[in-house]
Amino acid sequence: MEYAEIPYISIVLFLPLIGMLLLVVLPREEKNLLKWTTLIISLLGFFISLPLYFKFNPQNPDFQFIEHVPWIKAYNISYYVGIDGFSILLVMLTTFLLPISVVACWKDIQDKVKEFMICLLFLEMGMLGVFVSLDLFLFYVFWEVMLIPMYLLIGVWGSPARRVYAAIKFFLFTMFGSLLMLIGIIYLCVVIPDKITFSIPDLYNNVFISLGTQKVLFLAFFIAFAIKVPMFPFHTWLPDAHTEAPTVGSVLLAAVLLKMGTYGFVRFNLPLFPEASQYFALLICILAIIGIIYGALVCIVQVDLKRLVAFSSVSHLGFVMLGLFALNIHGISGGMIQMINHGLSTGALFLIVGMIYERRHTRLISEFGGLSKVMPVFATFFMIVTLSSIGLPGLNGFIGEFLVLVGAFKANYLYAVFAGTGVIFAAVYMLWMFQRVMFGEVTNPKNEKLKDLSIREIGVLLPILLFIVWIGVYPKPFLKKMEPSIIHLLNRVNKESVEKKKQIILVKKEKGYEFESTSR
Amino acid sequence: MNLNLPPVNLGSIGAEIILAIAASIILISGVFFPKAKKEIFGIMGLFGIVFAFIYNFYYWGKPAQIVFSGMLIVDKLGIFISSVFLLAAFITILLSFSYLKIEKINHFEYYVLIILSVIGMILMVKSQDLIMLFLGLETLSLSIYVLAGFLRDDPKSNEASLKYFLLGAFSSAFFLYGIALTYGACGTIKLDLIAEQIAQAGLLHDKFMLMGLSLLLVGFAFKVALVPFHMWVPDVYEGAPIPITAFMSVAPKAAGFVALLRVVVFALSEMQMEWGPIFWVLSVLTMTIGNIIAISQTSIIRMLAYSSIAHAGYILIGLTAANEIGNAGVLYYLLAYTFMNLGAFGVVIVIAEKGKGRTNIEDYSGMAGSYPLLAVTMAIFMFSLAGIPPFAGFFGKFYVFSGAIKAGYIWLAIIGVFNSLISVYFYLRVTVMMYMKDPAQEFGPVNFAPGIIIALILTVFFTLEMGIVPSCYIEIAKESIMLLM
Repeated sequence: MEYAEIPYISIVLFLPLIGMLLLVVLPREEKNLLKWTTLIISLLGFFISLPLYFKFNPQNPDFQFIEHVPWIKAYNISYYVGIDGFSILLVMLTTFLLPISVVACWKDIQDKVKEFMICLLFLEMGMLGVFVSLDLFLFYVFWEVMLIPMYLLIGVWGSPARRVYAAIKFFLFTMFGSLLMLIGIIYLCVVIPDKITFSIPDLYNNVFISLGTQKVLFLAFFIAFAIKVPMFPFHTWLPDAHTEAPTVGSVLLAAVLLKMGTYGFVRFNLPLFPEASQYFALLICILAIIGIIYGALVCIVQVDLKRLVAFSSVSHLGFVMLGLFALNIHGISGGMIQMINHGLSTGALFLIVGMIYERRHTRLISEFGGLSKVMPVFATFFMIVTLSSIGLPGLNGFIGEFLVLVGAFKANYLYAVFAGTGVIFAAVYMLWMFQRVMFGEVTNPKNEKLKDLSIREIGVLLPILLFIVWIGVYPKPFLKKMEPSIIHLLNRVNKESVEKKKQIILVKKEKGYEFESTSR
Repeated sequence: MNLNLPPVNLGSIGAEIILAIAASIILISGVFFPKAKKEIFGIMGLFGIVFAFIYNFYYWGKPAQIVFSGMLIVDKLGIFISSVFLLAAFITILLSFSYLKIEKINHFEYYVLIILSVIGMILMVKSQDLIMLFLGLETLSLSIYVLAGFLRDDPKSNEASLKYFLLGAFSSAFFLYGIALTYGACGTIKLDLIAEQIAQAGLLHDKFMLMGLSLLLVGFAFKVALVPFHMWVPDVYEGAPIPITAFMSVAPKAAGFVALLRVVVFALSEMQMEWGPIFWVLSVLTMTIGNIIAISQTSIIRMLAYSSIAHAGYILIGLTAANEIGNAGVLYYLLAYTFMNLGAFGVVIVIAEKGKGRTNIEDYSGMAGSYPLLAVTMAIFMFSLAGIPPFAGFFGKFYVFSGAIKAGYIWLAIIGVFNSLISVYFYLRVTVMMYMKDPAQEFGPVNFAPGIIIALILTVFFTLEMGIVPSCYIEIAKESIMLLM
């Protein structure tokens, strides 16, 4: 446990709040001023988060940069934040994508700019809060708070036809899961321990949960996270929300919000309910594989570009889940790196779809054809991102999928066999889509005069591309940051250590031991 | 001759005395200065309330004592909840100024009646004796019957008043009969003696005691509008002047719940096996039916009326739990609900036109475009009522649910959270209208007045503060409940 000397996390977390307050006082008519302010705040957030990455000690599997301030004493709830190998990259992904999103919506959003920018910063705060919270109550608050800006982004700036439907569906689905989780949290934190505690490290180390209870609690958390991921039977909100949301909304939704679900699994389900995780691993792997194949098959028949990308998320996140629940080091590191990859490549795909939409105001694949002749620069970017999404060696997607498949193979070779078909299907739907949109003759006269990418748009895509190639060629620095945490997690999950923990806690109880960490 | 006067401790009812004096001054000066601006009487009322509040504040640390020959008890619970009534009355009067003017019902009696009803509520929650409780209840109810019919020329308001009166009288009869039966079984109507009697004389399965208990519960259930005793709520809420609806939805409800808390948790705690299951069922029915009917409402006032029924169900979860967390949760919830519901009604008053015009949910479409700040305010109240962090409503729900889970009522908590989910739908609809729909026609001017603005600022502030830094409110709620446990 390393406490922070400089409260980097708090600064990064509350900078958006300061930005929001600043935006509230700025005049509504000065649209450019509003956009610049948001951009500067989000860039500042990114630069302040850099020390988190560089000063992060990769040898230490525990939480770092910890800040701990009591908040609601009666319940032993505190403002308790910190990061470890699981959250560091997701935090970086969030702060990295936010300035990009602001630039990406520069032209797109002309209506209610002030509110849009406030929502964006609000969303950033919510997402960061979820990743850095070490207190379950704090986590839950951020988890729910983040619904409000996303709901507004979809409902107010979405495509007019079905945005309200999509926004409400998104809200109700997510809320459904999280309310069950709330019950689980209360049971876990108020009823099970001898003394109420919401601190996650405390729950990791000092609380013993019997197998039956573990199973029930596992399910309570599972539904919340599975809806967010989304896993196969719970995914129906996703295509609607993605399709109706404004470009930036889709980007953040795909890149970061969905990761909150998978992050929840590694942060809570695996370490808190290890035996239940093993018990349910088979079920979850099967659901993940169904998701991979089903998502891919549905993608093939889509006529709308954005919906296609949305469904591809179901398939990609199936890989993440399969990796996590393979419960070995390759699987989990593959799952973790695949989260980042999906964030980058699907984020980029949504940006690209948004760019075409801005030009043509349609997303139907049949409307396009031969764009590569008209927009060569665009075609290059699109190609690289497409290949990354398919998992071409040398680009980021390959690393993640390969590791996941290795992990799955070790767990059960059948997993790898079935999941492997997902990679093939991905090639089918992505390349076929790419061919129909970009190659061939320009059949539609409206496409003849399309402008190629502007410098702003290249600036939006270039940083993402940089990381797509970097992770693809040399993933080691990223994997290294996570490795100790993953090993630590696996130690918690495997059978011998569960037994050992049981013993230690029993001994502690017999000695009348008091819980330690909350006294600070 | 030796005359033995029981010791009279006027200090213990200081707040009530201050309010009574304020009410009398308004009444007398209202008669003598018929041409005076009516707002002055309202401001006098506000001063009375502020003084009473300060008095309460000063009285907070004193040890609990039973006064007036065992009629009243002065403890932190009573002081806490009477401060809630005072806050509610304060905000209601602020909300009323411009509304009364627009509706042309600007009479000074209005303020007098509000203050008198607060006196009734305070006596009700401080009572240590069932008869005293009944007297408080009647003082409160009679004032509110009149207030509900204050829109004299509006038949709906008259209907509301009459309906409320008839059903209220009906429930009072139940309540009195319950007192009589309890007296028959225990030989006393003092709450502390009832508790002793039940423990000593083995009255747990006495049929008179059980009948008395159930009739008392019926009386309370009418007052706090639990399903199936809720029929009067929508019509009365819709007919009454809007500030009174706001007031009715928070203060008398809080009074009813705290009196219920005193009776069941304090006096009848031994009989938890009997009333626990009844509360369980009532709470589930109340939440579910309130929420489901609220979905289909088109008028925002009726929607809020059904939502207030549903909230009574959530509060009852805390009572069912009957442990420290649950009961403190009830108090916290009542305070939070006071702010958020009064705030929501405040926005309704701002938007409403004369004669209950523009009170349909659809009339809110496009409000965010014309009045962004007002829309944000309303959105905060809606999210808070729906129980979404970081607003007060979320913590209230969290509090009562954790009480229920701690007490082992896990299914009750699960039903509770699913009800919150249902409620999210209709609260969100208001935000959908405000933000995501275009207005049917130009959004006309709204009725901003200084009183309402102050009230909205207060309610927004507390809705946020109780959600973000709830610590000190939790401490107060916990201390208030301490003596009962």
